[in-house]
Amino acid sequence: MTAITERRSLASKPSRSDSVFKTVTFAAGATTVGIMLAVGLFLSLRASDALSVAGPSFLVEQQWSPETKVFGIGAILIGTFTIAIIAMAVAIPLALGTALLISEVVGGKLRGFLVSLVDLMAAVPSVVYGLWGLFFLQANVIPVSQWISTYFAWIPIFRVSDASGDVLTEASAFTSSAFIAGIVVGLMVVPTQTSIMREAFSQAPVGEREAALALGSTRWGMIRTVVLPFGRGGVIGGTMLGLGRALGETIAVYMIISPIFTINWEVLKTGTNSVSALIALRYGEASEFGLSALMAAGLVLFIITLIVNFTASSIVSRSRSGAETS
Amino acid sequence: MTVIDESRRAGADDLALFEVEEVSPRTHTPRPGDKVIGNRRTLRTATLDERFNVVGALVAAIALATLLFGWFTPLTGAVGWVVVAFIAFIGFYSLLVSLRSDGQEVRDRIMTVLLVSAGVVLFSALIFVVAFTIIRAQDALPHLNFITETMQLTGPLDPLTMGGILHAIIGTVIQISIALAITIPLGITTAVFLNEIGGKFARFVRTISDAMTALPSIVAGLFVYAAIIQLITHQRSGFAAAMALTVMMLPIVIRSSDVVLRLVPGNLREASYALGTTRWRTVWHVVLPTARSGLVTAVILGTARGIGETSPVLLTSGITAVTNFNPFAGPMISLPLQVFDFVKSPEPAMISRGFGTAAVLLLLVLGLFTVARLIGGRGPGQLSDAQRRRVAAASADDMVRMARSVSATPVTAPRKPAHVASVPAPQPPDASPEPESENLPKEPSQ
Repeated sequence: MTAITERRSLASKPSRSDSVFKTVTFAAGATTVGIMLAVGLFLSLRASDALSVAGPSFLVEQQWSPETKVFGIGAILIGTFTIAIIAMAVAIPLALGTALLISEVVGGKLRGFLVSLVDLMAAVPSVVYGLWGLFFLQANVIPVSQWISTYFAWIPIFRVSDASGDVLTEASAFTSSAFIAGIVVGLMVVPTQTSIMREAFSQAPVGEREAALALGSTRWGMIRTVVLPFGRGGVIGGTMLGLGRALGETIAVYMIISPIFTINWEVLKTGTNSVSALIALRYGEASEFGLSALMAAGLVLFIITLIVNFTASSIVSRSRSGAETS
Repeated sequence: MTVIDESRRAGADDLALFEVEEVSPRTHTPRPGDKVIGNRRTLRTATLDERFNVVGALVAAIALATLLFGWFTPLTGAVGWVVVAFIAFIGFYSLLVSLRSDGQEVRDRIMTVLLVSAGVVLFSALIFVVAFTIIRAQDALPHLNFITETMQLTGPLDPLTMGGILHAIIGTVIQISIALAITIPLGITTAVFLNEIGGKFARFVRTISDAMTALPSIVAGLFVYAAIIQLITHQRSGFAAAMALTVMMLPIVIRSSDVVLRLVPGNLREASYALGTTRWRTVWHVVLPTARSGLVTAVILGTARGIGETSPVLLTSGITAVTNFNPFAGPMISLPLQVFDFVKSPEPAMISRGFGTAAVLLLLVLGLFTVARLIGGRGPGQLSDAQRRRVAAASADDMVRMARSVSATPVTAPRKPAHVASVPAPQPPDASPEPESENLPKEPSQ
C-alpha cells in the first residue's frame, strides 16, 4: 500500500527577482502617495493658521485683507462659480451637439478627423485661449453684451447698472466681465467634455440602435430613445469634469478679468474674481500669514474640485458598466 | 458598416460550403477575391428635393433677416442679424420639410440642423482661436533672431529685429526634462504596481492619484512656492518650476498609463506565467512591450499638458531675460510664462513677441500631439508592418536555432527530430495573435 504522505503546500516562494520587483513597484506606489499626501497635508496645515483666525466667516467675508485679519472668499467664491456657470452655459450645448454630431451624424473619414481635432484642441495651452480672449473677444464681444443688456435687462443678472442703480450703456462698463471670462473658459473646456460625451455615446449598444431604427424611428428618435439614455452618465460626468477644470482655470481668467472684492451679480458688468486668479494676483506680496490665507483659499478650491471630480468619475464608471451589458 | 461586413462574411461561408461539396474534400479558408461583391451602395445620400429644401430655407432666411434689419424694423447689429437669420432658417426649413413629411421627420431634420450648427460653431471657434494666434504671430516669427537670440539686450521699445525667446525655449526644455525624468519612471512604475501587484494598497494609491488629478494647477504652484521656495531654497528656480510641473503631471501620467496597461490582454500574461516566467520577466518582456505605444502616447500627452501649463510656473520659476542653464540657481523662464510676461506690456512690439512665443508653444504642442497620434493610433499588441516583419524574422531565427540544437544533440530529443522543424516556432511576446487584437477595445482617446 502506498502511504499517503502529508499534503504538499501549494504556496510558492517568490524568486529573488520577484521580491525585488515587488518591493520596487511598492516603493514607487508609496512615493506617489507620499507626494500626493504631502501636498494635501501641507496645504491643510498651512491653511489651518488662517482658518483658525478667520473661522467660519472665511466663507462669507467679502474683503481680502489678511494684514488686518479681515479676509474671506465670499465674493471670490461667487465670482468663481459665476465664471464656471457661464462657461457651462456656453460649453454644454456645444459639447452635447458636437458629440452627437460626431458619433451619430457624420461617418467615415470625417468622423476620425473630427475626433482627432477635438482631442487636439483639448491639448491647446490655456494661455493661447487667454490671448484670444484678451486681444480679440474683449473688443468684439461688447456689442453682444450691450445687445443682451438692452433687450434682457428685465432679468436682474443681465442688468448693467452703477452703484445708484442707473443703467449704464457705455462700452467701458462691459469690459473685463465675468461674461467674457466665462466664454473663454467655456471654449477651453468644450473639447474635454465633447471627448467624454462622444466616448459614452459611441458605447450605446448597436442592437438597441438597430431595433429602434427597425421599428421605424427616425435618427433623432433613435438618439432620443437609445443613445441619450445610454449616454446619460457620460453627459453628466463629462459636464462635471469640465466644471472641475473651469473652476480651477487660472491664467485665461487672470488675463481677462479686472479683480474686485465685492459680490457682483451683474455678469455683464466689469469686474469679477476667482480663487485661482486671487492666488496668482496676491502670492507675491503676501506675508507669512497672507500666504496661509491664500493656502486656505486654495484648499477650499481643491476640495470643491475634488467633490466635483469624484462625483463625475463615479457617475461615468457606473454608466459604463450598464452600457456594456448587451 | 456591420451589416455589410456580416453579409460579406456570410457570402464567404456560402462559398466555402459550395466548394466543400464540389471541389475539395476539406474545409479551407476562402481567399479574398474568390467571390465578386458588387459596389457598396451609398446609404447616406440626399435627394434633390431635400437639398433644395436646405438651400431654399437658407436663401429665404437671409432675405428675411436683411429685410427686417434694413427696412421694416429698427433692429440693428450683426449679432442680431445672425440670430434672426438662424431662427428664420429653422422656421422655413421645418415648413418646407413638413410639406412632404410627418412630424417625426420634421423633428429629425430640425435636430440634425441644430447638431450640425453646434459642430460648425464649435469647430470654427476653436480653429479661429488657433488661427488668430498664428496670424498675429506673423509680425515676430519671420525674423530668425526671434528664436536664436535672448531678450537680454533688448528693451520694450526695440524693434522686432532685435531680441528673441531662445532663453525661454531653453528654460522650457530643461524644466520639462527634469519633470519627465521624475514623472516617467515613477508614474509608469506606479501604474505597473496598480495593475500587476494589486491589493488594498494599490486601490488606495489609485484613489489618491485620481483625487490629485483634481488639484488646480495654481494650487500645485502655490504648494511648491510655500514648501520648497520659502522653506528650502529661498529663491525661484527652474528646479522648483519642474517640481510644480511634476506634481501636476504625475497623476495624469499614472492615470493614462493605468488605462493602457489594463488593456493588455490577460491571456498574454497567463501564457507567459504558464511558460514558468517570474512576475518581473512577464512585466518586462510581455506587458510593457505590448503596451509600449500606449505608454508612449500617455507620456507625450502628459508632456503636452505640462509644457502648456502657465499657472504653476508663474509662481515658481521667476522671470528673467537671460539664458540660465542652471536649474538650481536663479530664475529660469519658460515659454508659457514668457507669453504672459510679453503681453502684460503695452508696447505693440512686445505684444507681437507674445503672440510669436504663443505660436512657437502652440506648434510645439501640436507637434507633440501629432507624434503621439502617429505612435498611439494602434491598440496594444497591434503591430506596424515593419514591426511585424521584425517579429517574423525573429521567429524564423528561433526556428532555425531550435532545429540546429535538436540535430546537434539528438540524445536529448530522440523522438522524431524531423518533425520539430515543422512545428511553428514559439512567437515572441510582441506577436500577439493578429485576429485577437482586432477584438481588443480600442485605446481610449486621451
